[in-house]
Amino acid sequence: MEAVVTYGPSMLPTIDLTTSVFIMEKISTRYGKVDRGDIVILRHPQHPTRKITKRVIGLEGDRITYSSNPKSNRLEDDSLKYISHPENNDKLETIVVPKGGVWVEGDNKYNSQDSRKFGSVPYDLIQGRIFWRITPFKYFGPFWHK
Amino acid sequence: MGLSSFLWNCTKKFATAAVITVTVSDRFASVVPVRGGSMSPTLNPKSGSQMGDFFDDYVLVEKFCLGTYKFSNGDVVVFRSPMNHKETLIKRIVALPGEWCGDHYNHDVIQIPPGHCWVEGDNADSSMDSRLFGPIPLGLIRGSVTHVVWPPHRIGAVEKKTPPQGLSSVLE
Repeated sequence: MEAVVTYGPSMLPTIDLTTSVFIMEKISTRYGKVDRGDIVILRHPQHPTRKITKRVIGLEGDRITYSSNPKSNRLEDDSLKYISHPENNDKLETIVVPKGGVWVEGDNKYNSQDSRKFGSVPYDLIQGRIFWRITPFKYFGPFWHK
Repeated sequence: MGLSSFLWNCTKKFATAAVITVTVSDRFASVVPVRGGSMSPTLNPKSGSQMGDFFDDYVLVEKFCLGTYKFSNGDVVVFRSPMNHKETLIKRIVALPGEWCGDHYNHDVIQIPPGHCWVEGDNADSSMDSRLFGPIPLGLIRGSVTHVVWPPHRIGAVEKKTPPQGLSSVLE
């Protein structure tokens, strides 16, 4: 178990913009018990020293349909371009999550770099699942997926 | 009683030793057995013979490299398989992010995306590596292999050599 600090807008409204501290547990990830709807901390697939907080949407074998703007699917793209691009026609794409991978998305679909951009991530990049919130103190308590 | 305080002392010492061992093997270095012949002749040169697991190589894996995730071509690394998170594989890094890697079996030349690397086993004939599952994120790596520590006649450093067939030119 470990305490983690989160910041950034990609999980609004579940986790708000203030820097918050959560407790993460690693036991369920080690035994492969992470399920859809859990909020997990994982290593960024393109920047292994960075960790990000996202929600697990699909496990291996699931078929995921998501809308993506093909112009902004280049790697290392600026997320502001995605919102203000004039040709923001969302194409629907369907993929099947490969074996050993998971599909993660942030709750804030408009400003989140997640699997819609870098694809499904191998399961082992998940470090832990957060289940208890510490700060801000008025929200102290258990933190389940909603 | 003398016996119960002796047992309590033993338990305390055992618990301390256990905590230290787990910390060291998690953060600094550990010794792992090598199974299979995908890294012959560097590791397990006699795989498939009747001798069984007793003669498998055991290698020293150091984990200091996980602080910065900066690897170089030719490093032998231990990583979790991207297809099955319970399996750990040992292969050599052939290409780093941004490099172009020639794949003779699929007749492809691909550029490694940022944060990923291309791994191949030294024994190309019987090796499940990036030719099968593509480039792997560097975050899957669990440590880098530095030395063979068993069997005694093979103790020594594992050399870092770049295999000749990967064409890697760094494009910036």
